[in-house]
Amino acid sequence: MKSQSLTYREALKTAISEAMRNDERVFLMGEDVGNYGGCYAVSKGLLDEFGAERIIDTPLSESGFVGAGIGAAIGGMRPIVEVMTVNFSLLALDQIVNNAATLRHMSGNQIGVPLVIRMATGAGKQLAAQHSHSLENWYAHVPGIKVLAPATVADARFMLSMALKDPDPIIIFEHVMLYNESAAIPQPEKCPDMHQALVRKDGTDISLITYGGSLSKTLQAASELEKQGISVEVVDLRCLRPLDTLTLYKSVEKTHRVLVVDEGWRTGSLAGEICALIAENCFWSLDAPPSRVCSKEVPIPYPQHLERAATPQVAEVVEAALKLLNRNVT
Amino acid sequence: MKTLTMPSFGADMAMGTIVKWNVKQGDLVSKGDIIASIETMKGLIDMEVFDDGSISTLLVSEGDEVEVGVPIAELQLKNENYSNNKPELKLENVSLDSGELDTSIDVNKTPVDDQILADKRILVTKDSQDQNVNRQNTQQPKISPAARSRAERLGIDWRLLSKGSGPDGAIVLDDINIPDEKSAEQVSDTVKDPSNMMRQAISATVSRSKREIPHYYLQLDIVLNNTINWLSDHNANLPPSKRILSNAVIYSAIARALTSFPAFNGFYRDGHFQPSESVHLGNAINLRQGGLMVAAIHDAQRLGLIELMEKITDQVSRARKGGLRMSEMQDATVTLSNMGDRGTDSIQSIIFPPQVAIFGIGRQREVPWVIDNTVNIATIVSVSLAADHRVSDGHSGARLLNKINKLLQTPEVLM
Amino acid sequence: MNADNKVHMDIKHLQLLFKQMLRIRRFEEKCAELYTQQKIRGFLHLYIGEEAVAVGVMQALKPEDSVFATYREHGHALARGLSMDKVMAEMFGKVTGSSRGRGGSMHIFDAEKRFYGGNAIVAGALPLAVGLALANKMQKKHDVVVCFFGEGAVAEGEFHESLNLAQLWQLPILFVCENNGYAMGTALAISESEQHIFLKAQSYGLNAQAVDGMNVVEVESAATQYCQTIRNGDGPCLLECNTYRFRGHSMFDTQLYREAEEVEAWKSKGPILKLQRWLEANEKLSAKDLELIENQVEDEINQSIVFAESSKVEDISDLYLGVYAELES
Repeated sequence: MKSQSLTYREALKTAISEAMRNDERVFLMGEDVGNYGGCYAVSKGLLDEFGAERIIDTPLSESGFVGAGIGAAIGGMRPIVEVMTVNFSLLALDQIVNNAATLRHMSGNQIGVPLVIRMATGAGKQLAAQHSHSLENWYAHVPGIKVLAPATVADARFMLSMALKDPDPIIIFEHVMLYNESAAIPQPEKCPDMHQALVRKDGTDISLITYGGSLSKTLQAASELEKQGISVEVVDLRCLRPLDTLTLYKSVEKTHRVLVVDEGWRTGSLAGEICALIAENCFWSLDAPPSRVCSKEVPIPYPQHLERAATPQVAEVVEAALKLLNRNVT
Repeated sequence: MKTLTMPSFGADMAMGTIVKWNVKQGDLVSKGDIIASIETMKGLIDMEVFDDGSISTLLVSEGDEVEVGVPIAELQLKNENYSNNKPELKLENVSLDSGELDTSIDVNKTPVDDQILADKRILVTKDSQDQNVNRQNTQQPKISPAARSRAERLGIDWRLLSKGSGPDGAIVLDDINIPDEKSAEQVSDTVKDPSNMMRQAISATVSRSKREIPHYYLQLDIVLNNTINWLSDHNANLPPSKRILSNAVIYSAIARALTSFPAFNGFYRDGHFQPSESVHLGNAINLRQGGLMVAAIHDAQRLGLIELMEKITDQVSRARKGGLRMSEMQDATVTLSNMGDRGTDSIQSIIFPPQVAIFGIGRQREVPWVIDNTVNIATIVSVSLAADHRVSDGHSGARLLNKINKLLQTPEVLM
Repeated sequence: MNADNKVHMDIKHLQLLFKQMLRIRRFEEKCAELYTQQKIRGFLHLYIGEEAVAVGVMQALKPEDSVFATYREHGHALARGLSMDKVMAEMFGKVTGSSRGRGGSMHIFDAEKRFYGGNAIVAGALPLAVGLALANKMQKKHDVVVCFFGEGAVAEGEFHESLNLAQLWQLPILFVCENNGYAMGTALAISESEQHIFLKAQSYGLNAQAVDGMNVVEVESAATQYCQTIRNGDGPCLLECNTYRFRGHSMFDTQLYREAEEVEAWKSKGPILKLQRWLEANEKLSAKDLELIENQVEDEINQSIVFAESSKVEDISDLYLGVYAELES
């Protein structure tokens, strides 16, 4: 019986295999993507379909194989490099920041790096401090790369092929809590150009801006607020670098209040960047200070209650929103 | 002759000291010879000479500390084709770039710094181009938080200012002025008294209105019998909270009528009139502690009677508790002043700029009335209209009032 | 190498090798002078003393092969055939430079010549080279990727990761380790437990050997043979070239870490001197020949300086060019 729905992981797998079928230059490389079927089971079965030459299990050499991905991209291929999680990507930071991001510019626009790097990210599984980072903002900080955060099954399904067509290096962040999410089989129209932010829910009283794994919590918070008669607009960033500032500013100018929900630590967060942009560009429309709900200044703890306390939750978002609206928490 | 200068060995190096000269005046040197030992912050570095020749003069002594680039010696070149590092060459072998030596950089010319520029290179959708244009068209003046709080402290209604001196006409601190010394003293006394602030705001508004707007006044007495009878039927079996009051019917009639008379619904600013697409009916609400709030009922022309009734009730209650939304306080495109409760027959109101009309509604009263050549008792209400003569005239005002009258004779169409 | 595998070279070729090395030497000397005059800024890493390695290896390469090098890459760029004008202009930061002036001395790139830098992070280019070799293999090309690096890079994890990947996947890549004994100011003896670089490579399974980096003929021979091995699909190779840099790590180097006598000893065995003596002893290089070569080289260098001096800098309004690809709207 054919399923009418698709999970986020299945959407990714479909995207990868479709890309590989359509373009022989595309291949997947990373730890445990082949024989293991992928740490998050995204690439299960792909080794059988495409063989070891195109689904490549790498040794534990993040710097080595990310750099190799860059080199292969320079050499005419279209690699998809899977770094198991953003936590391990730190070993490859030099290759990403010093090579992928700079080669086009340093060479005077001679050499491009059409590389896609996929990484899992985020907390919520009690994996403790070294396995729970949200470092999207570090990468979004760097000119020369683009950063995507697909938050829905549709985006998981269709953003990858857009990324593969882009001539510049792109990092795609997949939040660990999203892999099991399921939705109706998405149509391409549900996934506009990867650079665009999307208003997931229309509203007039306050704009909640978020991305990736925090989208569903934000939508839940919106629905709680609606019960109190507040009209909430939810904007999903989708692309973290470059930011679709036009959509953001349009929303804020409509609602006059903004709250950014971001799982990164508050200090130096992407939310901070967005608040600064809004303060700079929408100052005259604001009725309240641009605000943010982020993770607390603590390495992510192991026990569930502490992990929850450390990361943004629905109740916290609701409370912060009410405060901006000068309403009391009921 | 070639001038030798204190060499730079790196960007970090600003100064150098000749610790030892290995040559003296008259010495012959070959390319690559070390002619001096230079002390830098990193330690001693040898200075080499790059040409064959003889030392003509030493300009600096051992122990002298000089800046990078300062002349330290003169070298008589063996091969005189050189002149101070600019080698001469058969230029036809070389293609020069238009012959201009343009190594200067205009430091005042800064690049447009923003991600927006980068965005525009990447985000090229037609929508984003349009959005950029639309963002510039703002409907009402913006005000900075600092200016707003000063305005509130001074009891100044900043909404009366059509624009300020800030970016895109935003109202900033400079635009909110303390009137003069004497008022400043008075102001500081009244800072804590909200009703005084309110009084001052109203005073500012009405003064401006009378100053700027050439008012004309019309009035029509409207027979409400049909409305009252219809309401009585409708409300028959309904609890009080669900009943529609005649005010709602009158408001609805006014809102609907206005859709055919755009010259009475909109804003006059900067010398021209902009009609509003929708009728946001400003309901003037009297506050118990004194003072007036005008709360906008958005899109009143589209609301059914029940919905309109609910909105009015809700708004009045919220207004009295101070819970009106900003959009309600700012968006009214025309105002209604209902003096019926206060017991006057009619009211000639003062228009709230930048609106261009205001309705006054008197009390409902029973009077003898001639209908079909016989005298009957009718319940009438006087509806007055004050309008801005720059935008409309008595003729259209009269037609508007008559349209309202017509609607009130068949209230069921307003449902 | 046994006698059977010797690569035969004729006199003309030797004279060419000589000129190429001398050309690099004089270029570097001129850059030193320009740097002290602040015409060239940032960092300047001179290749003086190591010319035989770049020149020797490049002889074994075809235009379809690819080259990765370090920040000490002027010699490699010139030996690979990049125009001296463009290299000089790049050092001057002019728009006519090989990277439009954006990179400077440490980032010489030429896509057409398949010269991929110009990389300033020690060992940073090794994974890139591995990746390009992977791409070549996937596209069934028999071209060689050469990656030059110093012995200092051997300490970085990326060296080991790259060699492992290259051998594991049997990639068509030649690693050339220019062992000049010092990683900036740190001698090899105090940084590596095993100082023979080629032994490390052998332990990973690569074909590897060490040669006299001061002998351009030996370097060329070894490189040619290894390139053949690679083109035959017989796996990656590493060539360790024992050499020495006669100048400091960069211009601002007081060289407190080594003795002057050591430098002088190596200078006397320098690559240009070595070949020059051989040619002169065999009467294949007269004083007149030498003067002609020197003049040709000097003319070319001076011309490149005039070119660089007279070129424009890039417009500030073009600041964002090349951060991302320009897309059609």
